[in-house]
Amino acid sequence: MSEPTAALTPADVAHLAGLARIDLTPAELDHLAPQLSVIVESVARVSEVADDEVPPTSHPLPVTNVFRDDVVRPGLSAEEALAAAPSVEQDRFSVPQILGEEA
Amino acid sequence: MSDDLLRLSGAALAERLAAGDTSSVEATQAHLDRIAAVDGDVHAFLHVDAEGALAQAADVDRRRASGATLHRLAGVPIAVKDVVATAGLPTTAGSRLLAGWVPPYDATLITRLRAAGLPILGKTNMDEFAMGSSTEHSAFGPSHNPWDLDRTPGGSGGGSAAAVAAFEAPLAIGTDTGGSIRQPAAVTGTVGVKPTYGGVSRYGLIALASSLDQAGPVTRTVLDAAMLHELIGGHDPLDSTSIDAPVPALVDAVRDADVRGLRVGVVRELGGEGYQPGVRSRFDEAVGLLADAGAEVVEVSCPHFDYALAAYYLILPSEASSNLARFDAMRYGLRVVPETGAAGGVPSAEDVMLATRAAGFGAEAKRRIILGTYALSSGYYDAYYGSAQKVRTLISRDFEQAFTRVDVLVSPTAPTTAFRLGEKLDDPLAMYLNDVATIPANLAGVPGLSLPSGLAEEDGLPTALQVLAPATADDRLYRVGGALETMLLDRWAGPLLDRAPALTAQPQQVPA
Repeated sequence: MSEPTAALTPADVAHLAGLARIDLTPAELDHLAPQLSVIVESVARVSEVADDEVPPTSHPLPVTNVFRDDVVRPGLSAEEALAAAPSVEQDRFSVPQILGEEA
Repeated sequence: MSDDLLRLSGAALAERLAAGDTSSVEATQAHLDRIAAVDGDVHAFLHVDAEGALAQAADVDRRRASGATLHRLAGVPIAVKDVVATAGLPTTAGSRLLAGWVPPYDATLITRLRAAGLPILGKTNMDEFAMGSSTEHSAFGPSHNPWDLDRTPGGSGGGSAAAVAAFEAPLAIGTDTGGSIRQPAAVTGTVGVKPTYGGVSRYGLIALASSLDQAGPVTRTVLDAAMLHELIGGHDPLDSTSIDAPVPALVDAVRDADVRGLRVGVVRELGGEGYQPGVRSRFDEAVGLLADAGAEVVEVSCPHFDYALAAYYLILPSEASSNLARFDAMRYGLRVVPETGAAGGVPSAEDVMLATRAAGFGAEAKRRIILGTYALSSGYYDAYYGSAQKVRTLISRDFEQAFTRVDVLVSPTAPTTAFRLGEKLDDPLAMYLNDVATIPANLAGVPGLSLPSGLAEEDGLPTALQVLAPATADDRLYRVGGALETMLLDRWAGPLLDRAPALTAQPQQVPA
């Protein structure tokens, strides 16, 4: 992966979808690959004017760090925070296993 | 009587409420009845909260009767785009991932609406996570343009624009990341304003692209937009990018509406080829009116605007792919558990994430997340995301240069009138071009206002003009918008929306 190339293959898209944690069907991969290739080819023109002299902008207005006084203020109760959880156990979010099955 | 209430502007309704000519309960009920009658066709709303809105209205009426000092918009009902968190009301951002999610807190702008006593009628439809220009990427079906139900009301905030255009609400809230307030306003004959970045708190908005997102007013008149903007705008300690300065005097600017000596720049790059003839002719006429009123009109070139769309479709997907990573099926929202994991056996958290995001995101969200993942991947980062950030600098410099010569810039808001449902649904680039004129403002953080400029002769559909001003000079939008609106209303002998076809009331229809 060095020089940008416009054409994305279904295999490329499958790799990217894996990084983005989206399980795509073969039909979706076939449909998306040419569409994304067209988009990438079109947006690649940003490099025409982006020379080394130009500093990047990440934010439209100058940003400074913002602090507040270090005082306790009310937040969500456990009940409120858990109200929309797909699964709850012992006042906590219950999640699928994170590590492998050897345990 | 109730039809009369529906067609009032927010400001005019507020005057009647203050004078005791009507009550907030009566006005709110009239709008709920209208929603019940026409929203089966328009589908502006994803959720209607009749009970909550009427309770809020009754509370305002009681407070008014007791002689309390109220906000000038107290009792005027409002619709809110479904990307804004509302405690106790479903908030889906148009996504299956969040179907039925009820946030445990209010966005800051909702806190301000509630404190001022504006009954919240419900939540409006939108493209999923605000990614789209037509509402067709909503997981819950598209909204329809009240001017022609076979056409889109624009997007992503097509629901808010359609609600206001169909007289289902006098006021609405939108959000604008690349044009999602202004482009729907343009194609529905309504008014929409994207404030200066940081002018309205982003606390409680479901983030799409954090360096671009901005909430703002969706209305039928420039004065209503100014009143609503003043109400929701201003510093919020809960948003670290919120501007710590007072909101400019926007309502005064509308009422003053004096453009004599004001320098108006027509952006050469936002017009001409690709712009529909009727859009161009209505734009040229409107600019002519400004000149007649004493404005100095000159042409201005912003050469890097030609690269804005390309930069935007790198920066937005990059930020979106990062922001949308929060939808991981663990703490809230959809969770889909596959039968077995990738390695066989019990599905892991990662397997659940893969399956949930596959089932929960629609086609456009998937496209943009993958595009963003690509643009940010090592080896491509400098060429794509890095270059896009440089283009962003060049666009900001174009604005700075232009604003040394002129006080405001103008262009058509959208290159075409409303397009047909389905026409661009599976052609992403064609869809993206709808935002070609609105995107530069988001990239540079400057404010923009769209107001109707007339009807295109070739299809009889609304066209619009956009005013852009330097950051924090939002009052200039309202000065120009107010002046132009007055001249256009005079020319049309009434509001443009009076020419929209009447929607057929369907008394039995209940909104989905």
